[in-house]
Amino acid sequence: MARVEKLECRECGRTYEAAAIYVCDFCFAPLEPVYDYGSIADRMTRETIQAGPQSIWRYVDLLPVDSETDRIDIGAGLTPLLKCPRLGAELGIDNLYIKNDTANPTHSFKDRVVSVALTVAREMGFNTVACASTGNLANAVAAHAARAGLRSFVFIPANLEQNKILTTAVYGGNVIAVDGNYDHVNKLCSEIAQKGEWGFVNVNLRPYYSEGSKTLAFEVAEQLGWQAPDHVVVPVASGSLLTKFRKGLEEFYKVGITDAAPHTKVHAAQALGCNPVVTAIKAGVDTIRPVRPDTIAKSLAIGNPADGYYAVSAVNDTGGMGEDVTDEEIVSAIRLLASTEGVFAETAGGVTIGALKKMAERGAFKPGESVVALITGMGLKTAEALTGRVGPNVHISGDLEKFEEEMRLLSAYE
Amino acid sequence: MKVPTQLRTLTGGQAELSVDGASDMRQLLGKIKLEHPDLADRLLDEKGEIRRFVNIYVGDEDVRFLDGLNTPLASGNLVSILPAVAGG
Repeated sequence: MARVEKLECRECGRTYEAAAIYVCDFCFAPLEPVYDYGSIADRMTRETIQAGPQSIWRYVDLLPVDSETDRIDIGAGLTPLLKCPRLGAELGIDNLYIKNDTANPTHSFKDRVVSVALTVAREMGFNTVACASTGNLANAVAAHAARAGLRSFVFIPANLEQNKILTTAVYGGNVIAVDGNYDHVNKLCSEIAQKGEWGFVNVNLRPYYSEGSKTLAFEVAEQLGWQAPDHVVVPVASGSLLTKFRKGLEEFYKVGITDAAPHTKVHAAQALGCNPVVTAIKAGVDTIRPVRPDTIAKSLAIGNPADGYYAVSAVNDTGGMGEDVTDEEIVSAIRLLASTEGVFAETAGGVTIGALKKMAERGAFKPGESVVALITGMGLKTAEALTGRVGPNVHISGDLEKFEEEMRLLSAYE
Repeated sequence: MKVPTQLRTLTGGQAELSVDGASDMRQLLGKIKLEHPDLADRLLDEKGEIRRFVNIYVGDEDVRFLDGLNTPLASGNLVSILPAVAGG
């Protein structure tokens, strides 16, 4: 089966050949791959999915790649959907799950989109791939490029967390640290991408790349027994994950994998220091006013979100809500998730759980409704956020008597 | 002003346009409209506002962070047009 035949403008419907292009020449709106859902429905079943690989590639029929092509695969996807009764009890949510995407090969959901994007890049004949990144994407591009033997250029804001720089550079590609914030990096990459010589996963390959996010929705539906959840809480940076999650649920129904039309309320979570999407949702407008990010949740620090407008629409159309949280609330939420469920999330996960808490307080979730919170990246990547917040709570010399005394003070033997 | 590849069919293939005597962004686009009316229409909507999927920069700054169409321009300023849908 060939790669998608064409791309279509989301606004005006003009169609284009499926090449390394990403916006409509006419209205500059994003391009989306066009699938033949009829023929996909004929060949894709629950059984074909279950017989497929233990990775995102089990959903290949709904991804924009040639089904016979060699995939660039280090095992992205099929991460655990964890039922979370202890966290749920803390938040007053009786049917709570987290989708634990920290379990991906480079420990964030970006492995999904990059596995797709680089597979397409190689199909198209690119031998150099690149990206603008807040860190997680940098990790994923560098790792997958190394695996495929492609040359890589990863552009990051120079002030990124040290661990995200280290966990990119270790793969041996080029890491370009740029003075300025993500939006400045992104502008530079848009200019370089104009030359058309490199495959920028989130610029000229964006129509293919972003489709990889749908696999989160496919997996959640599969893991819930082939049904969509009642609610999903999604951390928002560019807004692409949120819009593609919804698209994934709709496609699963369209090709007959799920029986009921998705009714899922899609909720947006942002940091207060970078909340252009949540601000628009709360104000009831669809115009995004860009902001200058100032938050510890650097992986969500996109002040001018590319899919912000569509994210706002998806939240409003499904009856979802938006919430934003302070840096202090982010750190508390990271600790709450870790201490109740044993999952250590990065700051973006703190945003998700912090916003989830506020949504629960606002009465977003009715008893019995299934609520899925997306944890998209792991905590070691942003360990700085916890510096000075957690550590040993007892420090002793090492003799048994001293230890017993401390334990009596802590009432540990009672 | 730097013109993105997607819009160069409207400038006869020119990647850069030089405009004299515009003291702000609105004047610049007004002057461009005289020479290249189709290009100006792609950048501004019916109400004369910058279209949703268009980013306009003076140097490295998005004019939405400056004063929008009232952003002042000085001799030698480089203005870039780029698609907004990238990144993340």
